[in-house]
Amino acid sequence: MTLDRRSFLKLVGAGAGAAGLPMIGRAAELMPKGAKRVVVVGGGYGGTIAAKYIRMMDKSIEVVMIERNDHFISCPFSNLYIGGILKDLSPLTIKYDKLAANHGIKVVQAEVTAIDPAAKVVTTSKGTVSYDRLVLSPGIDFRLEDMKGYDAAAMEIMPHAWKAGPQTVLLRKQLEAMKDGGTVVLSVPLSPFRCPPGPYERTSMIAHYLKAHKPKSKIVVLDANPAIASKGPLFTKGWKDNYAGIIDYRPAKKVTEVDAGKMTVLIEGLEDVKGDVVNVIPPQRAGQIAVAAGLVGDDKNWCPVNPNTFESTKQAGIHVIGDASNAGAMPKSGYSANSEAKICATNIVALMNGKELTDMSGINTCYSYITDKEAVSVAAVYAAKDGKIVAVPNSGGVSPADFSAAKMEAIFAESWLKNILTEMST
Amino acid sequence: MTMKLKGWALAGSVLAMSAVAHAAPPSPTMLANACAGCHGTNGGSAGPTMPSLSSQSKAAVVDAMKKFKSGERPSTVMGRLAKGYTDSDFEAMGEFFSKQKLHVTSQQVDAAKVKKGASLQEEHCNRCHNEDGREGKDETPVMASQWLPYLQMQMELYQSGKRKMPEKMAEKVKPLSAGDIDALLHFYASVK
Repeated sequence: MTLDRRSFLKLVGAGAGAAGLPMIGRAAELMPKGAKRVVVVGGGYGGTIAAKYIRMMDKSIEVVMIERNDHFISCPFSNLYIGGILKDLSPLTIKYDKLAANHGIKVVQAEVTAIDPAAKVVTTSKGTVSYDRLVLSPGIDFRLEDMKGYDAAAMEIMPHAWKAGPQTVLLRKQLEAMKDGGTVVLSVPLSPFRCPPGPYERTSMIAHYLKAHKPKSKIVVLDANPAIASKGPLFTKGWKDNYAGIIDYRPAKKVTEVDAGKMTVLIEGLEDVKGDVVNVIPPQRAGQIAVAAGLVGDDKNWCPVNPNTFESTKQAGIHVIGDASNAGAMPKSGYSANSEAKICATNIVALMNGKELTDMSGINTCYSYITDKEAVSVAAVYAAKDGKIVAVPNSGGVSPADFSAAKMEAIFAESWLKNILTEMST
Repeated sequence: MTMKLKGWALAGSVLAMSAVAHAAPPSPTMLANACAGCHGTNGGSAGPTMPSLSSQSKAAVVDAMKKFKSGERPSTVMGRLAKGYTDSDFEAMGEFFSKQKLHVTSQQVDAAKVKKGASLQEEHCNRCHNEDGREGKDETPVMASQWLPYLQMQMELYQSGKRKMPEKMAEKVKPLSAGDIDALLHFYASVK
């Protein structure tokens, strides 16, 4: 296959800033396209489900799922590993072999380096793949320009652990190695970010670990937001009842810079805070591939989409689901990504068959653990209204304020995980 | 020329807008798929405290959802979620799940209890829980192959009075011992 000038420039452009760039000679067409093909980029909460449901609804559509890893580790529940409640990450890890075999999905393990929306071709580290429609579920990347000093080397000293995997393991190891009487510093970026209650669940789980193993220690939470960004009253009560004297929560403290050598974080150039373990959750935007493809909106961070199809309003033929999308009222959660993937799949199948679209109906259900035996939840139903995704009025909400359901919800949360990961992997 | 192009562009955007505006209301599949993150693909649950919805009758789904919505049936998230739907949404969900085949689970059950439960259910349960719990009379839910922890949780809710037992069921359950009930739940969990 000969490269046209456009693809050549894209390749050179993509390779220029990246280490381990693909050789131009290898960018041959990886798999010839048949009549109808959807390419899905990303094998997480959104991508696996989009690939599966397209195949469930229309076997005549070929689905190629491209993912850089041969497995996926769930961010939901990874805080329980950090808090010492889960022994390892195996209950959070899925592989793709059964999903691929059960549904006839072609899984390609490769890195996507460029997208050409006009030619409808994605370039990967193993070659190019053509598509009729493209679904991007790339998750998040970090806005490192908004966190001075936080480079790849600093991440190995001050882990973010906001993408589950080696970073998650590193943070737990650091907590285990810390002396009793030490200080953990956790920084929370301004909303919106992946998993709105996530930083506060992490705070709870770290506090749980400290209370059990290092009771003289504390955790300082520096939150860029004016208040806890999700399930606020529940976390406040949970912390007061369980972790008084351990959690030092400081709202409106925006960390803008780190010094990994000194183990300090700097709050808007005014105040620095030192930790023995420092967990920096940086500001975020859509995964880099979505940014490079010109899919982010005026906010330069997230991808605006049509509420029924999740088709980008910036590029026809490309759909963006999960954390990377701006899905109106739907939060950046694993369950949202699952729900969005099914809405997107339903209407992609309709579009590719010349059928009428169906209005979206979505759900989010998300649990946060406060202790090893208590969890709180938020649940909501979403519908399309006037071209936007809105929460259905007078529905949804959070757990009872008195924690009367918290023990039951901790049990239900385990089944939540089991079901959603089974959906993704079979 | 410019005007003409603008006209075309406008026509195009109007078409695009009307395509959005004319989307059909959420279909049974659209509504039901959103449930599957917790209840499993097509309603076949892999989580031991979440019920399978596959093969439940329309009447059973509608009855359960209405009771969650009103608060008559106790719940954690289900009441909050049910408030986001209309009765016709519930019927659409029920239509979808009633068409799915029974989700068969493999779980550890006590063989002696299963045997005891099998004989007890004939006298006490099968007038409503038909076909070894694979079917149900009217709004009676399918019990076959449900996860034992789920069945046990529901029985606890019934016996504590938090979930209201239908009158006929209360009559039938009254003479049963705790051991009898335990055996019955093992039986239903074992049905394939």
